[in-house]
Parts: sequence; C-alpha cells; structure tokens
Amino acid sequence: MNEAVLATVVAVLAASLRLATPYLYASLGEMFAQRSGVLNLGVDGIMLVGAFVAFYGTLTTGSVWVGVAGAMVAGLAMGLLMSVVSVTLKAEQGISGIGLSLFGLGLSSLLFKVLVGTVKTVDGFRPIRLPLLGDIPYLGEIFFTQSPPVYVAFLLVPISWYVLERTPWGLTVRAVGQNPAAADTLGVNVTLTRYVCVCLGAVFAGLAGASLSIASVNLFQENLTAGAGYIAVALVYFGGWRPVGILMGALLFGTVTAIQLRMQVLGIAIPSDFAVMLPYVLTIVVLTFSANRARQPAALNQPFERGGA
Amino acid sequence: MATGTRLPSGVRNGRGRDVLGTVLRTALPLVAVAAALLVGAVMLAVLGADPVRAYGALFEGAFGSTSGITQTLVKATPLLLVGLGICIAFRASVINIGAEGQIILGAVFATWFALAFRTWPGWLLIPSTIVIGFVAGAFWGFVPGILKARMGVNEILTTVMMNAIALQFMNYMIRGPLIDPAGVTAGQYLAQSEKLPEQVWLARLIPQTLLHAGIFVALALAIVTYVFLWRTTIGYRIRAVGLNPDASRYAGIRVPRYQALSLTLAGGLAGVAGAIEVIGVQHRLLDGVTSGYGFSGIVTALFGGLHPLGTIPASFIFGGLLVGADKMQREVQVPSSLIQAILGLIVLFVVASQYWARRRSNRTNDAPTTPAAAALGAGDGQA
Amino acid sequence: MKIRKLLLVAAALPIIVAACGTPAASAPSVAPQSASPAAATASQSAAPPAAKLFRVALLMPSSTTDLAFSQSMYQALVAMQGKAGGQANFEIKFTENMFSVPDAQAAIRDYASQGFDLVVAHGSQYGAGVEEIAKDFPKVSFAWGTDVNTFGLPNVFAYTAAAEQGGYVNGVLAATLTKSRTIGVTGPVEVGDAKTYIAGFSQGVAAVDPAIKISKTWTGSFSDVAAMTEAAKAHITAGADVLTGSSQSVVGSIGAAKEAGNVLWFGTQADQASLAPKLVVASQVYDWTVILGDMIPKIQSGTLGGETYTLQLSNGGLKIAFNPGYALSAEAKAVADKAIADITSGAVKVTP
Repeated sequence: MNEAVLATVVAVLAASLRLATPYLYASLGEMFAQRSGVLNLGVDGIMLVGAFVAFYGTLTTGSVWVGVAGAMVAGLAMGLLMSVVSVTLKAEQGISGIGLSLFGLGLSSLLFKVLVGTVKTVDGFRPIRLPLLGDIPYLGEIFFTQSPPVYVAFLLVPISWYVLERTPWGLTVRAVGQNPAAADTLGVNVTLTRYVCVCLGAVFAGLAGASLSIASVNLFQENLTAGAGYIAVALVYFGGWRPVGILMGALLFGTVTAIQLRMQVLGIAIPSDFAVMLPYVLTIVVLTFSANRARQPAALNQPFERGGA
Repeated sequence: MATGTRLPSGVRNGRGRDVLGTVLRTALPLVAVAAALLVGAVMLAVLGADPVRAYGALFEGAFGSTSGITQTLVKATPLLLVGLGICIAFRASVINIGAEGQIILGAVFATWFALAFRTWPGWLLIPSTIVIGFVAGAFWGFVPGILKARMGVNEILTTVMMNAIALQFMNYMIRGPLIDPAGVTAGQYLAQSEKLPEQVWLARLIPQTLLHAGIFVALALAIVTYVFLWRTTIGYRIRAVGLNPDASRYAGIRVPRYQALSLTLAGGLAGVAGAIEVIGVQHRLLDGVTSGYGFSGIVTALFGGLHPLGTIPASFIFGGLLVGADKMQREVQVPSSLIQAILGLIVLFVVASQYWARRRSNRTNDAPTTPAAAALGAGDGQA
Repeated sequence: MKIRKLLLVAAALPIIVAACGTPAASAPSVAPQSASPAAATASQSAAPPAAKLFRVALLMPSSTTDLAFSQSMYQALVAMQGKAGGQANFEIKFTENMFSVPDAQAAIRDYASQGFDLVVAHGSQYGAGVEEIAKDFPKVSFAWGTDVNTFGLPNVFAYTAAAEQGGYVNGVLAATLTKSRTIGVTGPVEVGDAKTYIAGFSQGVAAVDPAIKISKTWTGSFSDVAAMTEAAKAHITAGADVLTGSSQSVVGSIGAAKEAGNVLWFGTQADQASLAPKLVVASQVYDWTVILGDMIPKIQSGTLGGETYTLQLSNGGLKIAFNPGYALSAEAKAVADKAIADITSGAVKVTP
C-alpha cells in the first residue's frame, strides 16, 4: 500500500518536471527580454513556429538535432522580426506581441498543412537514465530518468542566473531595463542590447516549442501549444524576473497540473473542469499570499528614445 | 513607474494644425496594411492562388454588399465594446489581457439570467440581462484589479490565468447546470445551453442578416466612455494615472484605486460584449462564444488610438478585415491559417508604422497618432 | 533604411515557405483519395453521373486534416466526388476552422445565396444559423449535424452518429485484452460524441467484467495535445495497459502509448492505426458516405430535406476498422464480432 502511494508520488513528480520544461525555456527567455525592457507577448507564436520547424526537421532528416537547430533558427528569425518592430520601430509592445502570436499561429499551421498535411509522429528525444544518479531509489526516477531537453531546461536556470547577475553583460542588460537613458550615457548600446535579449528569448521560445513537438508529444498539430506561451509570460511575473522564481513558478504550475491529472485518474469526485482550473487558480493564490513581489524592470514596455522621456 | 504602457500622443492636447502630418497619419496605417497585404500576396501566389482575386474577395466580402457590411457591423459590435474597455484600462496604464475571460463571464451569466427569468417581458429582461453581463464581466476585471491594487500582483499574470479559469467555468456550465435539456433527452449532450426566450433576443435591423440592435448599445457606450474619460473627474484621474503615475501620486490621486477601477470597467464592457453576443447573435450559450474578440479587441483599440471615438471606425475596419478574410477563404480556398498569418502581419505592420507618425508628431509636437483619432479631431479634449 | 530592413525580414518569411517545398494543392480538387469502399448496406451507391453539376459547400469547426471529426466529412465528400466522376460533375467548396458562430452564419448564408445545391454545416453549433437561413433559401438543401433536429423544415437534413455503439464494441474488446484489468480514458470535455463514445465504451467494458477498473481524465480542451499526452502517461503509470479517447488531440495519448511500448489503443472518429501501427487494435470510423449516398440522389430528385440520419453499425455508417498490423487473436475478434452483431440486431442496447 505504502509502496503504491510512493510510486504515485514518484510518477507525479516526474511528470511535473516534464510539464514544467516548456514553460522553463519560454519563461527564462522572456525574462531576458523583459529585463532589457521589452515585453514580448508573442511567445506563443514563436513557440509554435519553433515546434513546427523542430518537428519538420526531425521528420525529414530523422535527426532530432537538426530539429533542435531548426527550432533555434526559427526562433531567431521571429525574434528579429519582433525586435525590428518593437525596438527599432518602437511599436506598442503589447500589441506587436499579439500580432506576432497571430502570425506565428498562422504560419506554423500553414507550413504544417502545406508540407506535412496530416498528423504524423516522429521519433523524438527519449528519456535517458543517467548513470549512477539514475540508480538512486525514487529520486533517480524523478530527476534522472528524463529526456535531454528536460535536463537542459533545468541547467539553464543556474546558467541564466549566472549570466544575468554575475557577468558584465548581465549588468548591462539590467541597466538597460532599469534606466536606459543612464546606460546610454555610459556608452551602452541600448538598441543592440535589447535586440540580443529579445532574440535570445525567442531562441529559448523556439526551444520551448521543440521540447513539445520532439520531446513531449512527438508530433505537430495546429495550435500545438494551446496558449502555453501566454502562461510562460505570466510565469515571468510570478518569478519576479529571477531565474529561481521562474523555476518555482514553472514547477508549481507543472506539479499542480500533474496532481490534477492524477486526481482524475484516481477518480476523486470533483468535476474535471474544476480540476483543470487548479493550476491557474493556485498560481494566482500562491503569488498573492507569498512575499515574493519583486518590482518589475523600470523601463519595461517603454521604447528607448535617446534624449526623450 | 507602474506598468508603463506608453500612451500614444493622442492623449496630448493640441489640434491637428499640421495638414501634412494629418495626411501622413491617416495614410500611414493604410500604407502599412497595403504592405502587409503585399507580403501576403507573395504567400498567396506561392500557394497557387490569385492574389488579385483573393483580395477582391476580401474587400467585396467586407464592404461590397449589404450582407458584407451588415456582417462587418455584427463583428464590429463586440470589437468596439471590448475595445472601449481596453481604452479605459490602457489609459490607466493597465494591460488587460483578460477580455476573453470577461466576455465569457458576461455571456455565461447573461444566459443564466435570461433563462432563469424567462417569464419577464422583453423591455425588462433585455436591459437587465445586459446589466448582469456587465456585472459578471466587471467582477472578472475587479479581481485582478483589486489584487494589483492591494497585493501588487501583476495584472498580466492574473488576467492570463483568469482567461483559462473562465473557459473551464464555461465548459462546466454548458455541460452541467446550463446544458440544453433537449440535447440530453436526444442523447446528444451537445455543449450548448437551452435556447433563450424570444423576448430577450435583440431586434434584427435588416431582415435576412444578423445585424442586431446591439450595435446601438455599443455606439452609445462609446459616447458614454468618451464623456466619462474626458468630461468627468474620475475619468480625468484615470488618464492622469496613466500619463504620469508619480505626478498623480503627488497630486493626491490614489493610483492603485484608479487602476483597479479601470480594470473593473474594462471587464464590465467586455462582459456586455459577451451578453450581447448571446442575446443578439447566438440566442443561446455556445462553446467558442468569444470568437477571439478578447484579443482582436485590443488590436482594435490601439488602431483607434486608444480613444473611444477613434475605436468606432477602427472596429468597423478591423471587423471588415475579419469578415473579408472569411470570404477570401471561401472564394479562393486558401487555408484559413494563411489568412491568420496575413492578419498577424497586418497588426505588426500597422503598429510598426506608427513610428513614422510619432516621429513627425514629435517634431511638430502636437496631434494624435492614429488616423481614426486624427480624423475625428479627437485628442483635443481638455486634459 | 529601416523600412527596408523591416520589409526584408517580412519578405524573408514567405520565402521560407517557398523554399521549403512543393507548392501545395490547397484547392479542394484534391485527387480522389482511396476512400473506404462504400458500406455494403448503402443501397444507392452514388449519384449517377448526372449531366448537371452538383455543388456542395462544407463548413467545419476544425481542419480538413484533423484526423477526426472534420476530416471524416471532408473525405466522405471527396469520395462522393470521385464516384460522381470528379470535379466536372461534383464541386466541393469548404471553409475550415470555422469555430466562430456568427462567422459560420455568414458563410452559410453566402454559400446559400451562391446557389449551392447542398450546404453541409458540419458542427452542432451551426444549428441556429441553419434554422434561420434555410427558411430564406427554400431551394437550397441544408444538412447539419451532429443533431437530430430538422426544425420541421422541408429543406433541412440532420445527421448524427451513435458513437456509443462503436464505443461499446471497443469497450468489449478492451476488456478482453487488458491484463492489468485497468483501462484509461482520455477525453477532451465531457460533451457531445466524446461523452457518448465513452459512455458506450464503459458499458462495453462492464458487459465483459464489471470489476475492471476504468479511470477517466478530461483535459478541458479539444486541442491541447500536450495535456492529452500527460493524461495518458498518468494512466499508464497508474497501471493501465489499454487506453482510448476522443477528439483531435488524442494523437498525444497515442504518442504516449507508443512511447510506453506495450499499451494498446482504441480509436474513434477516424482510423488511427497509422499513428501507432503495432498498438492500435481497432478504431470506430465514421463513414458519412452512407448518408450522403442517400441524401444526394434525393436532393437531385427534388427532396431537399426533412429527414434525420444516424450513423450506426447496422447501416454501415459506423465501422470498426481492425488494424491489420495488430495480431488480434481469433477469440478476441469473435468477441468483437459478436458485439457488433448484437448491436446490429438490437439484442444489445447501448445508451449514449
């Protein structure tokens, strides 16, 4: 009996890591964009294009790495488009992101329709049991029997933290997001920094899409993300623009999703609709009652005008 | 700074004395749309469709016939209502991504109310159903509003999450308490409510079209919103909060309170859109009641220069684009996803094009940015 | 200079489209696919190659390639087109991803005013529009589903599918094949034929052995593939060795079954064997050609509606497509065949 409970807990936790993975990629990427002062609401569209390209690359070449590379390039292209519109042309970021999302949704569906046509599956990433670590009872099954994109996503958390908080470039990014005019006076290229951050974020979003299409579900379908990109943006706020906070948010969201699915499997008698609501409700509740309320980058959502306000 | 939504210069004072600037501002978005369509034409051609025929169908479908124009107005109604709410929210520097959920709440409770009080006469039932829609949507805007004001929880997070919650709530209501009993008897279990009593249906303005009286409600609320924002103290404070929160704070305005209020009102207007969709078009609650208006309403409001009166022509134009896009799919049989992509490009190009208008208005330092607002001589209310 | 940059990026994207491959046949004149042969019970096999062009317009909520509800009707029409002698005699126009009800109503009216012979509104949410518009176009025939209501109009056909019947057969077979005596169901939202299919499936399982455990999950979305995948994994880790589910997003569940390697799958709405050739045991397939084959000649001879059709096992509209790639034992096959025969004869009644 105890054994069965333990097995359930292990399965739920392993699932929560899988479920958190796409959000981790996309949210960490969005964090870079926002720390530099750009709100990119187009994450969902970038994820979709990344997911399709990863899927298509894998389908045609048989290599997941071609898929991953393709997703990154696709993300970069979308990121450049967003940068031109939102940084150079200083467009309203909220609306340009919505435009980008719409465009990505349309483009990915169109490419799928034209190039693939019907639902096909690919041989995506498989879970890899890490030597030694994977043999630890329970923990090995939770943490060290996952597919490579999951490991990479979690590795990106400390890496992102280090880059942002401990490197000169990270300082530049934070300065640009906090006080672009001052950064500019000090000789920082604000526009370039924002381009790099938005594009980096978009590459991460492309990877988030790939982690869905060639690691999690191993196929592509129109609107594969089902709005996950918007959740990823929300989790950046949850995480207070810090990698650890984002990790917490993604894990909370993933874990509660895994738990609600398990509750349904176990036949716990609440309407399924309310079970599905749980992760969304709890994210709000937890943030409301936690002390974790960082201030957002002061220049977020404000294009930079040299000498301007 | 709170959430720094940058306001277009429409908020500034000043009359459009600069003729060239006015021409530029009016023409720019059209040029942008044309450029986006040009890119779309390349895509159409690649797919083997004739772009000229396709765009002919788009225009004809939206504006070329009675049925096209009425359909455009049918779409413009919820776009305008949602857009008005977005105007209020964005004017207070609050980003409301939650209109989808607010529409749903308005639609669900309007349906419930109209069915629960089905014996009431129409003159009583119609207005009270719309009010219920307003209250339900306003509640869905109030929650993120109060969380932002009292607990500092960012509204983007709450509104995104609350959209998902609202969707599941509707799923529950139309398969549970509100499910059409006839569908259960027939063993169909369709995701729809019972049909609403006929006296709550809004009058159809032209036979054989969907055009309903809801458009007047939307237009009236546009004027009310304009008066509210530009002619009342509360409206003035909402705009002041958005323009300069720090100065507002020094002036003794309680910034969080006005931001919460603006989100509540935005929610209410989206809720009215939901109620009117139900009693004007669908006559029952159906899955997919929002038709994505929650997002296209944001686009509409920004096309309209975040001005209630500018949003009126903007909703007509954007509604026409959506209607024409459907016609284009029917006529030249391109996948709907291509049309979606082109619409995305149009949004991107139009927001990007405002760059040139802004540059000019920075130089001449007056007048609003967007064509619709400019055309109406909007921006000249006293700040 | 900045304009040029912008245009460059924007122009690059369609070029990607172009570079990626074959200009697509997006037109409806898709080469007649090898559609499933007409049901044995469909008496009038096809419209006679009439001299007059027969024009059909189709509206659907999802896409023509969803491997589920929308695709099933689109393919049926393409099959009818093939039988009628191709495009010259039988024109198909379609509108897909038509989820918005007001848009659908505009489309229905537009098609009707263009003089199509038959407008197929393939989604229960289109009913109100059909009811309203059909009155204005008495010479156009409308078909809509899934529902049973023709609104008392002489030019409206209604159609539906008794999804619970195939669900029952799948359930009987699933109960026969499970070793762990645990079966998982992954559904979208508990409405419509997702609900009725699963209701029938549960009855089928219970008919074999009421002690077999069935657990059900609902993802709350018809399109969230990732949630379906995780739902299926949750079932599998809880001991399920047979899964089923409904909606276009179940491709995610099938993927999870495939990854586990030894979990069987039962499909519905379309033949899903291609997605996991070793693990799909059988699929309930909707074959709308059966009703179209009856409806279209009626329209051609002047009867424009007034009838309700139901796809059933007994009229060949529902079929159980056994996957040839799965080695089904003769005993198990016999159990399924008996279930089919019992439902066809009326000996077993399945409630939706």
